[in-house]
Amino acid sequence: MDIHEFQAKELLSGFGVNIPRGGIAYSPEQAVYRCSELSGKSWVVKAQIHSGARGKAGGVRICKSEEEVWDAASWMLGRKLVTHQTGPQGKLVGRLYIEEATDIAQEIYLGFVMDRKLERVVVVASAQGGMEIEEISESEPDSIIRSVVDPAVGMQNFQAREIAFSLGLDPALINQAAKTIMGCYRMMWETDANMVEINPLVVTASNEIVALDAKVSFDENALFRHPHISELRDKSQEDPRETYAGDRGLNYIGLDGKIGCIVNGAGLAMATLDMIKMAGGEPANFLDVGGGASPERVLQSFKSVLNDPNVEAILVNIFAGINRCDWIAEGVILAVKELDLKLPLVVRLSGTNVDEGMKLLADSGLDIETASSLAEAADKVVAAWRATDSAYAEAS
Amino acid sequence: MAIIIDKDTRVLVTGITGRIGSFHAQDMINHGTNVVGGVTPGKGGTKHLGLPVFNTVKGAVAETGAELVVSFVPPPFAADSIMEAADAGIKTCVCIADGIPAQDMIDVKRYMRRYKAEKRMRLIGPNCAGIITPGQAFAGLMPPSIYKPGRVGIVGRSGTLGYEAASQMSAHGIGVSSSIGIGGDPINGSSFKDILELFEADPDTDAVVLVGEIGGPQEAEAAEYIRDHMTKPVAAYIAGLSAPKGRRMGHAGAIVSAFGESAQEKVDILKQAGVTIVPTPSSFGEVVEKMVA
Repeated sequence: MDIHEFQAKELLSGFGVNIPRGGIAYSPEQAVYRCSELSGKSWVVKAQIHSGARGKAGGVRICKSEEEVWDAASWMLGRKLVTHQTGPQGKLVGRLYIEEATDIAQEIYLGFVMDRKLERVVVVASAQGGMEIEEISESEPDSIIRSVVDPAVGMQNFQAREIAFSLGLDPALINQAAKTIMGCYRMMWETDANMVEINPLVVTASNEIVALDAKVSFDENALFRHPHISELRDKSQEDPRETYAGDRGLNYIGLDGKIGCIVNGAGLAMATLDMIKMAGGEPANFLDVGGGASPERVLQSFKSVLNDPNVEAILVNIFAGINRCDWIAEGVILAVKELDLKLPLVVRLSGTNVDEGMKLLADSGLDIETASSLAEAADKVVAAWRATDSAYAEAS
Repeated sequence: MAIIIDKDTRVLVTGITGRIGSFHAQDMINHGTNVVGGVTPGKGGTKHLGLPVFNTVKGAVAETGAELVVSFVPPPFAADSIMEAADAGIKTCVCIADGIPAQDMIDVKRYMRRYKAEKRMRLIGPNCAGIITPGQAFAGLMPPSIYKPGRVGIVGRSGTLGYEAASQMSAHGIGVSSSIGIGGDPINGSSFKDILELFEADPDTDAVVLVGEIGGPQEAEAAEYIRDHMTKPVAAYIAGLSAPKGRRMGHAGAIVSAFGESAQEKVDILKQAGVTIVPTPSSFGEVVEKMVA
């Protein structure tokens, strides 16, 4: 789960990390009021969206007068900012963070990630801050410093000092830098974050170390033990299709195609999307209905898939282990009737109680095409989709 | 005897009195698994499914000589149950829980290193469907009827995609020596390489099918092992060719975040290591049939 910059900074500040003074604004009036609160001569207006690279999209503006702040705020609020991380649909700016401007002497990159190979937290730092880490590793690979944390004892002060010295910081700044690095690590570990990125961490003209930007992402599996973190979720930053399905306990990811998918198991769901693509179609979503799915859960899955207006055909692919094909079939029949489904539907059932499930579908008298293998199912759903009016119109 | 589990393996079920643990323990017994008891703290001394229930894994090991634990403990408490098994001298722990915090798994892996390599427990999972030696025994929640006994090993991250592979192989008359689900989590117990080593050494296995997916370094590590050390043929399918970068595809571990983690890159790396690529998820049967012919 991602959170906003201002939320990340507030958390970090609680662990002793310096952040610039600032405040939230929901309107241009409030933005200007924040400037008067902060005093000073220049301010930064920052769009709060769950994405990096906001600057390039116009979401970060340095302003030297209240008029400029007003203009920047009214331009950003209500706008959908498009960055390479948001996808073409962009993300809505619902609030701004107004910060005092910082006089920057040096920019540093500081990141904390869970390394899957080492199975530990790894600290990554570079004196070439301001760029994204991908760019740094491409253009300045030798500038990258890595430090591995032993989970048995956590990060030690000497490790933080080593990083600070390797960054080439002024000896007078080492203790402050080490305190910042330790603070970030403690925040990450104590809140079950799986990524903390401070880019840039800056040395100011007055020799202070300040986190100018902050990006934090949390392990969703651990949110149960951090209710105050769960509260930071902002649904306006999520794909509405995913929020709808997620609220119904389904594992759903929205994609750009026309063929809706309902599958059990993450691996089989991924393979089903691959199969649709190989058959010449484009999947509209990933959906894992999970184990032991009841007819009601299948109905909710259909609702979630149909919540995407682009869907023009549906494929249900179930290999039942702990699931039961007869329950799935009941759910399919329930959904077709209750939702008055008119779109082409292909159902492939395999595994536990498959004969009972297939019989239920056959006896239902509904227009449901069935398939016995994954390949047949994918071919049938793509053919059925091609036969629809809009696919015909698209092709001609 | 195939690998890790056979009809003689003494199996202990933690979380046996829960709804899910109870259901699958019964299924395991029905299919010949030598289940010797269960553990539910506070219910020690009672009987469940006709088996003795213990308060602690240590207590169960002392009474029954259990060697393998299959844990149906829910995610918030699962890490604790794995460490308890490791401490009780259990040889293998199969953990089913989907949703263990990554930090808990970091702690588990660190904890297991307290034991010398030869005494260290083998962890399978978490977030897996379990392990099976067809016709003998299984520990987990797979439908045993889709597996035909035979001489091809399966190792995969996904449960249902593993079923897909096994049933296609059965339809082509190919049986399975053992099938091992290593699970879909980013930090897990045994890796692909760990299981490949066991299959390579197993006299009852002639070839191996690897079912991988996007995300993480384990397929690349497996490719290196196959190239340098494996004499038996390996076929592989990688799920997620159409998955967008940076999105978590259901499994917590199925996310492309670095070079070498996309499906196409993994396919290329495996191909270079001499692995036979299964091009689509519907061609496990014919590709494996050709490979073992």
